[in-house]
Amino acid sequence: MFESCSYLFLQQYWWVIVSVLAALFIFLTFVQGGQTLFSALSKNEEEKSMLVNSTGRKWEFTFTTLVTFGGAMFAAFPKFYSTSFGGAYWVWIAILFCFIIQAVSYEFRKKPGNFLGSKTYETFLYINGSLGVFLVGVAVGTFFTGSAFRLNEMNQVEWLNNTRGLEAVFNFQNVALGLAVFSLARVLGSLYFINNIDDDVIYHRSKKQLIYNTIIFLIFFLTFLIQLMLKDGFAYDKGGIVTIEPHKYFHNLLEMPLVLIIFLAGVLLVIAGIGISIFGKNKKGIWLSGSGTVLTVFALFLLAGFNHTSFYPSTADLQSSLTIENSSSSKYTLTAMSYVSLFVPFVLLYIYFAWKAIDKKKINREEMSDSEHKY
Amino acid sequence: MIADIDLALVDWSRAQFALTAIYHWFFVPLTLGLSFMIAIMETIYVQTGKEEWKRITKFWMKLFGVNFAIGVSTGIILEFEFGTNWSNYSWFVGDIFGAPLAIEGILAFFLESTFIAVMFFGWKKVSKKFHLTSTWLVAFGSNLSALWILVANSWMQYPVGMQFNPETARSEMLNFWEVLLSPVAVNKFLHTITSSYVVAALFIICVSSWYLLKKRELMLAKKSIILASVFGLLSALFVAFTGDGSAYMVAQKQPAKLAAMEGLYQGKEGAGLIVFGALKSGANKNQEDNFHFKMEVPKMLSLLGYRKTDAYVPGIKDLTDGNVERNIMSAGEKMEKGRLAISSLSSFKKFKKSKEEIKADSALQVFRANSQYMGYGYLNDPDSIIPNVPITFYSFHIMVGLGALFILLFMVTLYLSIKDKLDGKKFLLKLLMLFLPLGFIASESGWIVAEVGRQPWAIQDLLPVAVATTHIDATAVMTTFILFAVLFTVLLIAEIKIMLNQIKIGPKGGENV
Repeated sequence: MFESCSYLFLQQYWWVIVSVLAALFIFLTFVQGGQTLFSALSKNEEEKSMLVNSTGRKWEFTFTTLVTFGGAMFAAFPKFYSTSFGGAYWVWIAILFCFIIQAVSYEFRKKPGNFLGSKTYETFLYINGSLGVFLVGVAVGTFFTGSAFRLNEMNQVEWLNNTRGLEAVFNFQNVALGLAVFSLARVLGSLYFINNIDDDVIYHRSKKQLIYNTIIFLIFFLTFLIQLMLKDGFAYDKGGIVTIEPHKYFHNLLEMPLVLIIFLAGVLLVIAGIGISIFGKNKKGIWLSGSGTVLTVFALFLLAGFNHTSFYPSTADLQSSLTIENSSSSKYTLTAMSYVSLFVPFVLLYIYFAWKAIDKKKINREEMSDSEHKY
Repeated sequence: MIADIDLALVDWSRAQFALTAIYHWFFVPLTLGLSFMIAIMETIYVQTGKEEWKRITKFWMKLFGVNFAIGVSTGIILEFEFGTNWSNYSWFVGDIFGAPLAIEGILAFFLESTFIAVMFFGWKKVSKKFHLTSTWLVAFGSNLSALWILVANSWMQYPVGMQFNPETARSEMLNFWEVLLSPVAVNKFLHTITSSYVVAALFIICVSSWYLLKKRELMLAKKSIILASVFGLLSALFVAFTGDGSAYMVAQKQPAKLAAMEGLYQGKEGAGLIVFGALKSGANKNQEDNFHFKMEVPKMLSLLGYRKTDAYVPGIKDLTDGNVERNIMSAGEKMEKGRLAISSLSSFKKFKKSKEEIKADSALQVFRANSQYMGYGYLNDPDSIIPNVPITFYSFHIMVGLGALFILLFMVTLYLSIKDKLDGKKFLLKLLMLFLPLGFIASESGWIVAEVGRQPWAIQDLLPVAVATTHIDATAVMTTFILFAVLFTVLLIAEIKIMLNQIKIGPKGGENV
């Protein structure tokens, strides 16, 4: 089946898959966003317990999606893996630290003799939800703004900035995206709590947080978007030669109408989810905004990699820039991996059923008092 | 060739990977083994409907949860470390190595993370059968994830199903099934997971022995010991069987590792297998006797390694200096060929760029003729193909010795627990508790043999570790090494303290089950 596909088709297919994983990951950062709202939404231990247990039952999905995204990038676009992870060392290490400390925090927070105390684990969760998510946004920002690196004839990376990736934090557009992703995570976190916790107090406080964070999100997202539409981009021709093209990403939107539709639909859904939650009593805004997030991020990744665009540009040596064509695995590997990708719908299906089973009954104060396994 | 490589960087990169892998491996064996034993316990509960088995299941599940969290925490760095610290490696083999990691994520991690939520939080929310299925899926998911990472590791020890592509300067996959089903991969997977089951069984026996000593949770302790002893005994026997298969594969594919494992400096026919011994501090390949003392089983190494009692087992001297009589090429000769491969590859790329096709073809032919030795071309010294002998030798013998001891231990605990004779045997119960650290030592030793034993290679014969690292300042890696060391140590202390507390609290706040 996949054997008869062209190499380019497989490269594009795998870019679509990693884009879906990235989009799902950003949606699932509602866990991280929720973690930064624990203090704002709770006034006592019981309330905090509901919040922690609410995100605590989902954190592994976010974590696993990140790990799978990494694996898929390694398998499908190994040159990105070696260039970006090896080059932008400190940014990736910082992100990893933020996720390492998350993984233990839920389980250890309330356990007797946890050595560091509950507050420390709550701080870990806050760092994961704030710095971790912000840095992910910054790292994705470099897909559009580029980094200073060069590849030699053996494709080994030479990173030309001594700060090894931290320089990305000093680029305003990267920071705008980082803050947009951070505030979006808090928006999604608020929506998730509204949906997942059956408690009036939490509901009203979440609604307030939703309003504040929506404003911040819109400011930074629009800043990033306007800059993106106005900026020059990194295009490549049929021979793989990379050049600077004015308004490349704006052109991409116009030249790929389907992507434009997905992007607009995504943005509208995000706004609709927020709208029905703020202006009505509907508690299902997370599903609209969540789907919208997936579509929007998916479209942004297609903008970054499709239509002859370099998805990981080098500002120091244009010809070292990575494209989905020059950074992918061999045709054989992409073909073999494509068969594995057929399992993805099955995976999504069982996640859906398991999630539904666990969320059948919303979290409430009563459950917190008699639950045997709680965080 | 390695002169321009910062050896401090290589050492720190290796140290960091070793540190993070060793820490991660403290938790993985328990996850792999406990998940199955918990699934068996819950199956008994569902089959018999006896509430005591539900309480037993829930108790071990609680300990499993504590361990699982830190296992996940220490695991994420390993995947990304291939990119951050071994970026040249990532490009060189990403076409092959990346695939198992991606499959691990798609097929195994999601299975594990989805159903673990049901396992912990679904007791009152889903049916008994759905819950039991979830518990089994967690066990299969975690073991399936081990399969893929072990396939990837095996490929580094025995690279098959691929070809180096001079155009892209990387190895590319030719046959997925050869990678997945290579005999090294099959053996490594079975050996590693079953050895993990042994550690998990020792954990259950250790905790249960403590309860018996304290005369608490007697029913839980006794039932758990019987189950763990059966599970542990079957696993330990299988470990011995697959250990033989693994050693056989090492003999065939990594002779330098085998020589280091046995401290065999000079090759011989009908070589004996050392049961125990002590290497002299100045042991070297030009010395006849390199042991202070040793006890060996005659001809056993030849038999195990080559299935013939009089087979010739090459020693370190044969592998570095060569042995014409035995048709063994010297490392020096391989280095010459390797250098020819590297220089012809460089010429090929240069001629390709200048579009001199005939010259490019001729350079390519030279490259193809020598490409299997390419990795040797990066080495400076023939002796560098030999791993650290004392570390490999002692780790191997500690692993094997303890493995044999565990078989005996499980037999004893099974017999005594069936006869209900463990009560009141204070000395024995204290002794049983000591076996848990020994289990960890054996398990970590196994990895030390596998990884130290294959030095200097990141990928056997193709890519030395010195070339595989990311080009970055050594102080950056030293800094992250320290950060990881501090963070993981703190988390380990927290985990142990929590675990001990949970054991002390017991299944129902201390009341008897």
